[in-house]
Formats: sequence, C-alpha cells, structure tokens
Amino acid sequence: MSKRTIIPFGPQHPVLPEPIHLDLVLEDEKVVQAIPRIGYVHRGLEKLVEKQEYANMVYVAERICGICSFIHAQTCSQAIEDLLPIEVPERALYLRTIWAEMSRTHSHLLWLGLMADAFGFEALFMHCWRLREKILDMVEDTAGGRVIFGSCKVGGVRVDIEDAKLKDIVIQYNDLEKEIKEITDVFVEDYSVKHRLVDVGVMSKEDAHVLGAVGPTMRGSGVAKDMRTLGYAAYKYLKFEPVVETAGDCYARTKVRIREVFQSIDLIRQAVAQIPGGPIAVKVTGNPTGSSFQCVEQARGDVAYYLKANGTKNLERFRVRTPTFANIPPLLKMLGGCELADVPVIVLSIDPCISCTER
Amino acid sequence: MIMRHEDIAIKIQPEELVGKVSGLQGDGCRLVQIACSKTKENNFELVYSFEKDYKFCNLTFEVPPDAEVESISSMCFSAFLYENEIHDLFGLKIKHIAVDFQGTLYETAVKYPMSVETK
Repeated sequence: MSKRTIIPFGPQHPVLPEPIHLDLVLEDEKVVQAIPRIGYVHRGLEKLVEKQEYANMVYVAERICGICSFIHAQTCSQAIEDLLPIEVPERALYLRTIWAEMSRTHSHLLWLGLMADAFGFEALFMHCWRLREKILDMVEDTAGGRVIFGSCKVGGVRVDIEDAKLKDIVIQYNDLEKEIKEITDVFVEDYSVKHRLVDVGVMSKEDAHVLGAVGPTMRGSGVAKDMRTLGYAAYKYLKFEPVVETAGDCYARTKVRIREVFQSIDLIRQAVAQIPGGPIAVKVTGNPTGSSFQCVEQARGDVAYYLKANGTKNLERFRVRTPTFANIPPLLKMLGGCELADVPVIVLSIDPCISCTER
Repeated sequence: MIMRHEDIAIKIQPEELVGKVSGLQGDGCRLVQIACSKTKENNFELVYSFEKDYKFCNLTFEVPPDAEVESISSMCFSAFLYENEIHDLFGLKIKHIAVDFQGTLYETAVKYPMSVETK
C-alpha cells in the first residue's frame, strides 16, 4: 500500500465560489476517501420562523439562494397554501411555472459557464454567461428583480405578465435556443472537453438511488425521476419526460443539464400557449395549521420543505432540505478512486450551492 | 400537488426506527430528508421522509430532549449529514453515526440554537 496523505480541499478554492471543505485522503495521486466539512457560513434562516410571520417567510425562503430564489419562494408559498388551505388561481400557477423554468435555464447556463471555467475553457464560460444575461434581462422585465424575483407570494403571484410580453418571451427564447445550441454543441462534441469529463466521477444508478442523489446528479446516473411529474403548479398540464443519461460520469451530468435547458424552453412555450386569463392571486385570510411536506424540482434537484403550523401567525417549524445537502454523500462516492486533478471538476459536477446548504 | 404531512405520516415508536428503515430500504425506498422540531410538550419530533416511485412516507416519533436516538446511517449512509445537523442545532444525541462530527458540523455562536431551552 502506498503512503497515505491528507490534502485539504477548500474552503477557499478557485472552482468554489462558496466555502465547502473536503479532507482528501490520497494514495499517490488517487483519492481513496473524502470527508466533507460544511458550516462555514451557516445563517440559521430556519430559526427566523420564530420572529417572522408566515407570509414573510416567503421572502426569507427566496433569500436562501440567489440562483434558486424563485423556486424557494414558490415551494414555501405552496406549503403555506397547503396549510391554510387555499386554492391558487390557474393563471398564477402558469406564471409560477414560467418563472421557475426561466430560473432553471439561467441556473443551468450559469453552471455550464462555471464548468467551462473549471476545465479551462474561458471563452466558453463567457459565452454561457453572455446568454444567461439575456434571460436575466427577461426576468427583470417581467418580475422586476434579477436575483430576487419577488413575484411569488402566498395565494398567487404579485405581478402579471401581459400576453404581448409572454409572446415576446417565446420569441426571445426561440432566438436564444439557436445560440445555446451552438455553445452546448461544444460541450457535447469537443475533444478536449470530453477528455476532461468522460469516465470522470462515475456513480452507478444503484449508488445514486441508495445515497439519495437528486436532480441532474441522479438523472445523469440513469434514474428517471423528476419531481415536476408530481404535477404541482402548471406541470400537470404540460407534456414532458425526465431527462436521463446513463453513463453516470461528469459528461452525463453535463448532458442532462444541457438537455434540460431545451426542455425548459419547450415548457415555457407550452405554458405560454395554454395560459388562461383571470386573477393572479386570492385574498389570504386566517392562519395556517397542521404540517405540510413539499418536494419541488429546482435546477440542482428536488428541494424538500417541511412546515409545521399551530394556528398562529408564526410557523412552528420551517425546515428546508436543499438539493446540494442531499448531493454531498453521492459526491463522496464519486470522489473515491478518482485522480486528484479531477477533484475540482467532480465537485463542480453536482452543481454545489453552499448558499442553499448553509440556509 | 397537495401533500399533507398527516396523509403520509406513519407514527412509530423510537425503538422501531431501525427495523422500519431497514424494511423501507429493502423495499427500494430512498431517504429524502430527516427533520427535527420542538413540540408543545418540549419534546422533539423527528420526521424521516422516504420516497419510492413518487410515493412518500414520513416515519414520525417523539422523544424527550435527553433521549438518545439510534443512527440509521449504517443502512442509509446519506443520513449522517442530517443526523449531525440535528445534533448540532437541537442538541439531540444520536448514537453510532457513520461519520460523527462530534458537534463540529456547524460551529454556531449559540450552542444548540434550536434546542428546547433556547429562546
């Protein structure tokens, strides 16, 4: 047996925009074990529930993460609506779906850019983020914010999107689709990109299931599971299938995210074509009671909300299990047996969001 | 999709946990999350969420704050993070965790910020 060395990876590292630490146990250049360490920036947002009224917890949820912001607000609203209980107007459900899919497209483009940067393709990184910027402009145009949308609330949505603007979104996405195709072809076809991603960080279908992987990390290993098929918001009216790749490596996870960008564009088209007229919110009265459990598909995987209420203005418990938290044990599995030089790319392949994890 | 916790909750006794989880694992269920919360009686309520084919079930039980709960991480490795988190935030003791951070996963300014004593 070779001599074992322990190398600290993070919390500060060029591929990590946020702090997470791994103790990598190495034999020569091979990783034999990885031990994670989180908690560097834990914010205790779950405890805020003791001070904030339930309606305000939607704003707190939206601030858990700057990328999945809208879907956090949507999930929190859904859980509270379940507890009240109230029926949200159909138009609001469609609008939530459109904003959620816009979130997914900008999140995946952000990740593709970061991945390109991690494997040393800076021009590709810039192109991904250039296109993402156009989506952020559309978000700002429709919701008013770029990072924090602020458009979701308990009972519906805060702002409507005019029909003309909805059509314009589809036209802009039609143009974007061609540009995204051009750059994503590089991820899929380029020899040097494939050299960095194929057969790197492999996780089997069984491991993905047993270790509780979520989102593209799970679907890249052949597990066909996507919480949108539960039919929340307007997904029950839209046609789609979970995007699955079977190789279980970094390349497969990349391909899942690329295909999901196009899937999201298609879902936006379907939603715009079917969106009904009518009110965008209902009046909320009373206080929530009981407990609700919600699983909603974010860009990084499913987020699980568990809310408990006792009939007062303050919720009793506001529990959020974020996708990255669930993807850490699978990450440890992927790292076992890999080369030290591949660690940054593998870590990035789960699309880690420490802001979510340190809610 | 409406998913009331009450509709998917299965109340169990703390000593049944390991057996029930082993059964769910055997049926091909995956662990979704573990949540801890305080109850009116100043006990802890634990909720273990599992899923198979989009069907969820929440194993639920209450324990007093000074109780020791058996870890399920020997069966569900991914449980180790949830269990360390519960220990660090609530102060609930969980024994035999596969990777036990011994209270250092979250180094909070207030020890056990969500325990029954902490306001």
